[in-house]
Amino acid sequence: MKKVYAFETKCLGCGLCEVYCRTAHSKFKDVVKAHNRDNVISAIVIENIFRQSKPISYFVLQCRHCLSPRCVKACISGAMHKDEQGIVHNDKKRCVGCLSCVSVCPFGAIKKSRDCKTISKCDLCVGYGEPLCVKNCPNDAIKLLDENEVEVALK
Amino acid sequence: MLKEGELRIPSGCAISGIIDRKGRRFSGEEIIRSISLMHERSNGLGGGFAAYGIYPQYKDFYAFHIFYENLNIKMQTEDFIAKYFDIENAGSIPTKHVPSITNKPLIWRYFVSPRIHMLKGSFISDAEFTSRCVIKINKDYSGAYVFSSGKNMGTFKGVGYPEAIGEFFMLDTYKAYMWTAHGRFPTNTPGWWGGAHPFTILDWSVVHNGEISSYDTNKRFVEMYGYKCTLQTDTEVITYLFDMLARKFSIPMEKVIKIIAAPFWSEIEKENEELQFELKSMRTVYASALINGPFSIILGYEKGMIALNDRIKLRSLVAATKDDRTYVASEESAIRIICSNPDKIWFPGGGDPVIALLEEGQK
Amino acid sequence: MSLSFDIPVFEVVRNEKRCIQCQVCVRQCFNSVHSYDEDDNVVCTDDIKCVNCHRCVTLCPTRALIIKKYPLEFRENTNWTSNAIKEIYKQSQTGGVLLSSMGNPKAFPIYWDKILLNASQVTNPSIDPLREPMETKIMIGRKPEKLDFDVKGKLLTEMPPQVELSTPIMFSAMSYGSISRNAHESLARAATELGICYNTGEGGLNRDFYKYGKNTIVQVASGRFGVHKEYLSAGIAIEIKIGQGAKPGIGGHLPGKKVGEDVSATRMIPVGSDAISPAPHHDIYSIEDLRQLIFSLKETTSYKKPVFVKIAAVHNAAAIASGIVRAGADAIVVDGFRGGTGAAPTRVRDNVGIPIELALAAIDQRLVEEGIRNQASLIVAGSIRNSSDIVKAVALGADAVYVGSAAVIALGCHMCHTCSTGKCNWGIATQEPELVKRLNPDIMYKRLVNLVSAWNHEIQEMLGGMGINAIESLRGNRLMLRGIDLNEKELKVLGIKYAGE
Repeated sequence: MKKVYAFETKCLGCGLCEVYCRTAHSKFKDVVKAHNRDNVISAIVIENIFRQSKPISYFVLQCRHCLSPRCVKACISGAMHKDEQGIVHNDKKRCVGCLSCVSVCPFGAIKKSRDCKTISKCDLCVGYGEPLCVKNCPNDAIKLLDENEVEVALK
Repeated sequence: MLKEGELRIPSGCAISGIIDRKGRRFSGEEIIRSISLMHERSNGLGGGFAAYGIYPQYKDFYAFHIFYENLNIKMQTEDFIAKYFDIENAGSIPTKHVPSITNKPLIWRYFVSPRIHMLKGSFISDAEFTSRCVIKINKDYSGAYVFSSGKNMGTFKGVGYPEAIGEFFMLDTYKAYMWTAHGRFPTNTPGWWGGAHPFTILDWSVVHNGEISSYDTNKRFVEMYGYKCTLQTDTEVITYLFDMLARKFSIPMEKVIKIIAAPFWSEIEKENEELQFELKSMRTVYASALINGPFSIILGYEKGMIALNDRIKLRSLVAATKDDRTYVASEESAIRIICSNPDKIWFPGGGDPVIALLEEGQK
Repeated sequence: MSLSFDIPVFEVVRNEKRCIQCQVCVRQCFNSVHSYDEDDNVVCTDDIKCVNCHRCVTLCPTRALIIKKYPLEFRENTNWTSNAIKEIYKQSQTGGVLLSSMGNPKAFPIYWDKILLNASQVTNPSIDPLREPMETKIMIGRKPEKLDFDVKGKLLTEMPPQVELSTPIMFSAMSYGSISRNAHESLARAATELGICYNTGEGGLNRDFYKYGKNTIVQVASGRFGVHKEYLSAGIAIEIKIGQGAKPGIGGHLPGKKVGEDVSATRMIPVGSDAISPAPHHDIYSIEDLRQLIFSLKETTSYKKPVFVKIAAVHNAAAIASGIVRAGADAIVVDGFRGGTGAAPTRVRDNVGIPIELALAAIDQRLVEEGIRNQASLIVAGSIRNSSDIVKAVALGADAVYVGSAAVIALGCHMCHTCSTGKCNWGIATQEPELVKRLNPDIMYKRLVNLVSAWNHEIQEMLGGMGINAIESLRGNRLMLRGIDLNEKELKVLGIKYAGE
């Protein structure tokens, strides 16, 4: 299955992936409205790695869509589920905001929403064709690849 | 209006050529019939012929045919010729009154040989010496124009339809083993006799149909080697290219053709390594000698005739053989009218030369 | 003293309605123009730091930014322009030589734009490059006077080495140091894919790039940085750089802060040391000396590499070029006064040298008159902006052109003219790892390939229109050109007729 991979050597830390992730998951499909009138948070997060208070590298954090996801096991309401393609989803209608998934994710890739009533995680932008973080990365640092492609890309 | 030499004049045309490869001589009557059939391809602003083998009694002398605008320039030019050449015979070229031919200049002919003592110490051949003198007259003697300078051959040309020019010069009275002819359709000329075709230098003559787009590139190339393109016509520069490559640089004729109508790089890459290297080197060194744009030419020289199209055949050219004769012309009909039943008739491909040379020992 | 007369050159206009405080601009501006005010949740700007490189504008996801000329006016005065005044403020404050980047920006005539091309109509057919072969391949190198064949027609002449180019375009010399490693890699990979050449510039060649050698021209300049036998043999040709269009008569200076470990190893100088190229080569004080260097380089490389000599277009360029051909160079490179640079004294950039169009015409004419034009190739540089400039250059007599500024623009350069600061936000003219990263060679080499391929198509269209199907038939074919808005003298130097003539 294809997943989103981020390449540190290419990442500029500009934050555009976050901007477009928020837009993709907002009820408004406009960048300005999604930010000014909606309070979704980004499922992809850039962590700055500092040396002497200057960011020297960036680490991009997003859901790995694990083979046997702990978040699905830990979910108390059945909101977290893995579909037939292997993508791990959160069903907002069922989610009760217990944050069990947030606490068990070994990568810290699940974030609680601003109002703490639900969570935010990567769903590979199903419905968009291509995840918006991939499409809008100005340096081709984020890519949608399968296991074989990622091996080639890392070489 | 500016005449040839004062600006560049391109022109479209009709061409025709006949050779008897055994060297048997025949009158100009057939070539006149052939070129006159293509009357529609010329517009009365120029016609001409080149004839090879016409002066057997003077075959060792350069035959200069010269147009003079007045007697004054004739005297000056003759002083120059007399200084550098021994004149064996001189006289005006016989002509006949033809109503459509007007404004004729003085037309003179000289059989000359270079004065040996002028050659001493200059380390050049008599051909090179003669060619330099011809170029000098045409460049520096305004009002005089040498329009033929080969041995045992001659050019006859002027302003008018080619059949009228043929009659004017009474070409039915000359006998040659090879004839080429030209009917001119210039797009921009006042009609100057020197501007008509064929164009010649020494025994090289060229009749040409087309408008080459590489003109300036070719011109600057030959001018680097002592030529001077005084007429600014395509035919002139093509003639100089052949003279320079084949005579001056002693490049074999089949290679000269591969320079002038060079094969495409993609074609060169298909050849074996040795040939590839050779063709590549020729294109590299003589890039500026590639003739580009539409042309069909008939090149005449002492050994015979070569007809050639540009490499993507943008101009018509037909060839035929019958017994010992080879015919080439712009149109098939111009061959059929004088040779109704050829052994073979074909349309040479772009860049594929028709080579019709005198058989060994026939010269 | 805290008094400074500095005023901003540009104004950053932010549309507050569209700004989403995402701070992409804050993170991307290496000049720290943008900053985020947490208290008020707004992004603020400091106009005086802005160089107008468009990085923030290009990356802003909501198109909330526009950069404008700073509206502050001085009293109108055609003599004392705001620029003239600001330069005095700057020099009276720093006491230094003014530095600028890229080529001469002054309003001198651009002759390319005063030359028009011909096309076939009726008497001669135009050729459609989509249907007929259209050749743009050329050979750069020394040509023998003539080819000799033996009686059997076998070629006897030994051919000097030639550089084969699929189209008459090469990427100009830009050193590793002045531009980034990623920029170099993009140029090298693009040249390889295109079948053309790029030029190392004077900073040596990183060993990682030796694999692109067949498409590399290695440069030898007055500083001799990174020059050794292996380097000389690594490329397809060697270029001796005498001068450069942006700063004729001036050497180069790469500040120590740009000399990191990799640049240091490539240039063979200590980390952090200034790399100073002297104004002249100290072993070339005359044309005979140049001949010696040409032949030393040929000896070193067993006569397998053509040697180019690059000069700036100066008043006496024609005579100098003739000397260079006679000194044995395989190609002459002439760089006009609009040629770009990473850094040059402003006064030199704006006032020294002549336009490439005039230099080219004069040099080609001179070499033809001397009968030596066919011996060496002629390459021109110094602001070739598009394919029609190339067609006009070839018709004026050039074999090929070098493009530098156009290539870096394809790589993302926005012509902000501040290369010398080393803070190139596009990752081109910088050695900051943070910035270099911004130029992803995987993306950027394709843009170069696209650019040159597009130009090649356009060249083919224009050639076909003129009824020419091989670019060598355009070389020196000045009848294909006509001038417009030029005086008699200019037409004479260019060797072309006026439109309508």
